[in-house]
Amino acid sequence: MSGLRIFVPGDAAAVAVGADAVADAIRIAAERSGIQLDMVRNGSRGLHWLEPMVEAATTKGRIAYGPVSAADAADILKAAAADGGAHQRRLGSPEELPFLKKQTRLTFARCGIVDPRSLDDYRAHGGYKGLARALTMPAAAVIEEVTQSGLRGRGGAGFPTGIKWKTVADTAADQKYIICNADEGDSGTFADRMIIEGDPFVLIEGMTIAGIAVGATQGYVYIRSEYPHAVAVLTDAITAARESGMLGKGVAGSVHAFDLEVRVGAGAYVCGEETALLDSLEGKRGMVRAKPPLPAHRGLFGKPTVINNVLSLATVPVILEKGAAFYRDFGIGKSRGTMPIQLAGNIRYPGLYETAFGVTLGELVEDIGGGTATGRPARAVQVGGPLGAYFPRALFNVPFDYEAFAKADGLIGHGGIVVFDDTVDMAKQARFAMEFCAVESCGKCTPCRIGSTRGVEVIDRIIADRDRAANTALLEDLCHTMKFGSLCALGGFTPYPVMSALTHFPEDFGAPPRLRAAE
Amino acid sequence: MPSYASWDAETARAIIVDRRALPGALLPILQALQDEFGYIDREAEPLIADILNLSRAEVHGVLTFYHDFRQKPAGRHVLKLCRAESCQARGSDALGRHAAATLGIDFGGTTADGSVTLEPVYCLGLCSVSPAAMFDGKVVGRLDENKLDMLLAETNR
Repeated sequence: MSGLRIFVPGDAAAVAVGADAVADAIRIAAERSGIQLDMVRNGSRGLHWLEPMVEAATTKGRIAYGPVSAADAADILKAAAADGGAHQRRLGSPEELPFLKKQTRLTFARCGIVDPRSLDDYRAHGGYKGLARALTMPAAAVIEEVTQSGLRGRGGAGFPTGIKWKTVADTAADQKYIICNADEGDSGTFADRMIIEGDPFVLIEGMTIAGIAVGATQGYVYIRSEYPHAVAVLTDAITAARESGMLGKGVAGSVHAFDLEVRVGAGAYVCGEETALLDSLEGKRGMVRAKPPLPAHRGLFGKPTVINNVLSLATVPVILEKGAAFYRDFGIGKSRGTMPIQLAGNIRYPGLYETAFGVTLGELVEDIGGGTATGRPARAVQVGGPLGAYFPRALFNVPFDYEAFAKADGLIGHGGIVVFDDTVDMAKQARFAMEFCAVESCGKCTPCRIGSTRGVEVIDRIIADRDRAANTALLEDLCHTMKFGSLCALGGFTPYPVMSALTHFPEDFGAPPRLRAAE
Repeated sequence: MPSYASWDAETARAIIVDRRALPGALLPILQALQDEFGYIDREAEPLIADILNLSRAEVHGVLTFYHDFRQKPAGRHVLKLCRAESCQARGSDALGRHAAATLGIDFGGTTADGSVTLEPVYCLGLCSVSPAAMFDGKVVGRLDENKLDMLLAETNR
């Protein structure tokens, strides 16, 4: 060993609250006190209220301290050097912290633990075992394994991943592509960013397995420009994988070729929609395409293309390593496996919480999330980003499950949960949903392009109490048109936050409050 | 503070030619030009169109579609404040008003002395440390009026 091993997260959320300054201060303190330092800039464990959370490797395993400021650095280093000794910021073993202990980490198993830029560290923690097994199987069996696992698209649509792969595998072409959608634009979501910054090789491995399974030799990762840290880490990881023969010709000594390239977005929310993303990758305006043809038949540059979300692809290695049954055993109903849930907004314990499907919204907000950060009652919870519904407390018993959320007129989307306390004005939130849609609409279809602007105007009239009853009816009608007439989820799902605000919080729109038997 | 080269057609041509063979080259080209010059000069449009064999309208259409691309230089500092839901839940609206009032500009504007451009951003993926911002490319979380004033004070230097 080359010295005292200290982990200071390089995750953007940790950096945003001072992790770089902490890392610098620890280095300076080590130099002054003559301590040999072996610092790793790891990903985040996902306990973001404790960031920057510094860990030390000790004889008792890893010991965490947090939240650490640059001013604490010298003392923390001294404590860490004393085999994880006492300090008022000492948290003990991170794995024993209840927030982490209660989780089931399959996709995020290595995030926050490994050095994200080290392929050796990835292998030392079970990396590339999924690919090794996939290489011993016929391609069709690999796809069947993914289908049998019950894995559904984690980007929000929830489409079975294996079926998408099979469609591409069954389509003959001279060139096929694997695209990873890392255009994580939904407010309240950051799981894609975290896994790319904390365990990028798992995504590379997942994409490699997908490429071999469907016969694609080229992959692209489309990352939004708002994520410069993720772009940097993934670019380094791809270079490392290529240099050690895990990408390029003859992947891992096999006959298969697969290579990857990172492409950066340019600040258009709609490019998270898969067909707009394809146009953007082709160097065009990010305009939504009509389906059919499906991208699986005619995708990037007209070739059969698998487009999957980061989390879907990053979950493939564990499924291949441990088998479909292992993964499928977690979850409920048709929602199998685990979901990395992101707790954000006005919440006491924000962060990443990966757990089997079936946990209720109330457990997530009140028990796991600890209620609001302001200490006021939670009033509304938006699930699934700016296109997701707002849930009132009366619906806190809804289990986290694709079908249960759909039944409650909502969606789990990419698993982001944004909590608002009782100071929120839901008419204002509804107005914002329409305004956001108007700003980000690609303009291809009329319900989205025009409907969103008219929606803002109608909500303004309701707020100003002009013909309130007539305008409320008009808003409902407009939402119906947008929901069923839009080409993609941007216009089609904007009615979710608007209608849920109107339905569950009518008092904010000047109507009498809804009677709530549950409360 | 980021520093950029002044517009130069020959440098631009080299940047474009370097990337012309990439599949879907237009976005990487526009991004590289903006990284070099801080914005996409009007003169770049016919240059790109010529080298990529596109119409000038196509290039202009792409350039104006994406929020990231600038058609004129930004201020010496750029403050992007997140205005999306998670940050709203932690008081970003008030912070936005404070920033705009302190600088005397609206979102999308640049101060008269050219020191700061204030822009909205819809999510930086820092929702667990809301409210969040990006200042000259650096991420900032758990923002409050105090921290914001400290950032803005840096712009006077």
